[in-house]
Amino acid sequence: MSDNGALIHARGLTKRFGALTAVDAIDFDVRKGEAFGFLGPNGAGKSSTMRMIGCVSPITAGTLRVLGLDPGRDGPAIRGRLGVVPQLDTLDLELTVRENLVIYGRYFGLSRKELRARTDELLEFVQLSERADDPVAPLSGGMKRRLTIARSLVNDPDVLLLDEPTTGLDPQARHVVWDRLFRLKQQGVTLVLTTHYMDEAEQLCDRLVIMHQGTIAEEGSPIELIQRLSTREVVELRFAGEAPTIEADVFDGRAARVEVLPDRILLYTDDGDALVPLAHERLQPMSVLVRRSTLEDVFLRLTGRTLIE
Amino acid sequence: MTGSLRAYEHWVASYRRVWRGSVVSSVLNPVLYLTALGVGLGKLVNHGAHPLGVSYISFVAPGMLAAVAMQIASFEATYPVMASIRWTRVYHAMLATPLRIRDVLLGHQLYFASRVAASSGIYLVILTAFGALHSAYAILAWPVAILIGIAFSAPIAGFAAWAKKDSWFAALFRFGIVPLFLFSGTFFPVSRLPEGLRQLAYVTPLWHGVDLIRHLTLGTVTWGMALVHVAYLVTLAAVGLVLAERSYTKRLVL
Repeated sequence: MSDNGALIHARGLTKRFGALTAVDAIDFDVRKGEAFGFLGPNGAGKSSTMRMIGCVSPITAGTLRVLGLDPGRDGPAIRGRLGVVPQLDTLDLELTVRENLVIYGRYFGLSRKELRARTDELLEFVQLSERADDPVAPLSGGMKRRLTIARSLVNDPDVLLLDEPTTGLDPQARHVVWDRLFRLKQQGVTLVLTTHYMDEAEQLCDRLVIMHQGTIAEEGSPIELIQRLSTREVVELRFAGEAPTIEADVFDGRAARVEVLPDRILLYTDDGDALVPLAHERLQPMSVLVRRSTLEDVFLRLTGRTLIE
Repeated sequence: MTGSLRAYEHWVASYRRVWRGSVVSSVLNPVLYLTALGVGLGKLVNHGAHPLGVSYISFVAPGMLAAVAMQIASFEATYPVMASIRWTRVYHAMLATPLRIRDVLLGHQLYFASRVAASSGIYLVILTAFGALHSAYAILAWPVAILIGIAFSAPIAGFAAWAKKDSWFAALFRFGIVPLFLFSGTFFPVSRLPEGLRQLAYVTPLWHGVDLIRHLTLGTVTWGMALVHVAYLVTLAAVGLVLAERSYTKRLVL
């Protein structure tokens, strides 16, 4: 491992495509056994970072060590110990569920005998045992995603890289995937994932970095980030039509921040209930909801759409 | 090499799902062509004396064998290669594992070669049934057909990885493969071509394949000329592989 015992160690990690800097000198460490997230909007540099960690994309500058090895020199050896769930499924649609696992396992040099036992185990884990001998093409999006996860585990990886693991899945399918990933985490598998879903990051990540335009804007645990960058509660005011334009001091300074979105206004405060009567009186919203602060709120602040700071 | 064999296993597994159709066409196509050209058209060509020195079927059959090797290899190396990069993304799946670009490329080439080997093997058996083989050297036509296949599939796979649109393949077939098919001595001797076109035919890859296979099946091979043909095809295959590796790298390693 690298000097500080991190499984993945990056300093000044940079990726440029011609004139475009996709990843701009970022530093991070992923420790053994943790679930580490890259959170950010599309184009923030998450996938480029993942591809460098996965040793499929050479770094432009900086230092990167994965499992203590240099991706530029030891790519195949590192990849042999990683599991990868890519953003777009790369399953063989004409092959059966089981064949997909066996063929993929062969890429790692596992014997067919080893793979027979391993595939049964993995299909059980992702709840696809009954579909083992069906072709992949007609499976639902959620099933394909689970199969991709099973496939990424075929070599019993030290680190699992998941690039937007639940993008495009319906809520139920997302929860099944989260449940499986949570179990892997409990078994001690190190997870590295990208997402633009705040709830996903909150559900799965021990620690995360928020990426914005190729740089790391913030780093911490979900709770730390919420505490540091948001308030305890948020009051959501919904309006029938467009949200009204408001003056900065409409709440007499009692809201720490006010966020105006097209159809609603968010009030950031440590005591949501205290603001509700005032909100009703001054803005006549259609509905009012007090909820706890989420990473989404952190994110909106960092990417800058706030009216009052 | 073990890496490319692992990649090759993928293509074999995929092929097992579609093998029936391809076996039928591998048997049916040569039978239809040989009946139409060798037996049917041959009646006209052979009228009176044999102007080619041999029966028309004995002339055209080896040409068809070489041309079929070219066609299978060329087709396999276009759309499936582009699909593996852009649509099914099979190559990307392979490259997330210990496999390297070279393994991915060679594994696929090995599969193309297998397809050519299977089809040309069946073809040779059918030629025997038609009585179109005249020498024991004809057995060597088999590896030569496979070599022709690689000489086409390697550079074309490089082209397919580099191509921006699949419509480029239509142009490749229209302006490359079809003219080669028609004018490389497959159906008539290149010596009948007008001055200029004849010299052009001599430098095209398919002519080297056709001429070598024809001399092998007729038993008229001279080893000096055979060496020139083989050297030409091996060079094309080798240069093609080098270019294809570059093109794959450029497209897949971003």
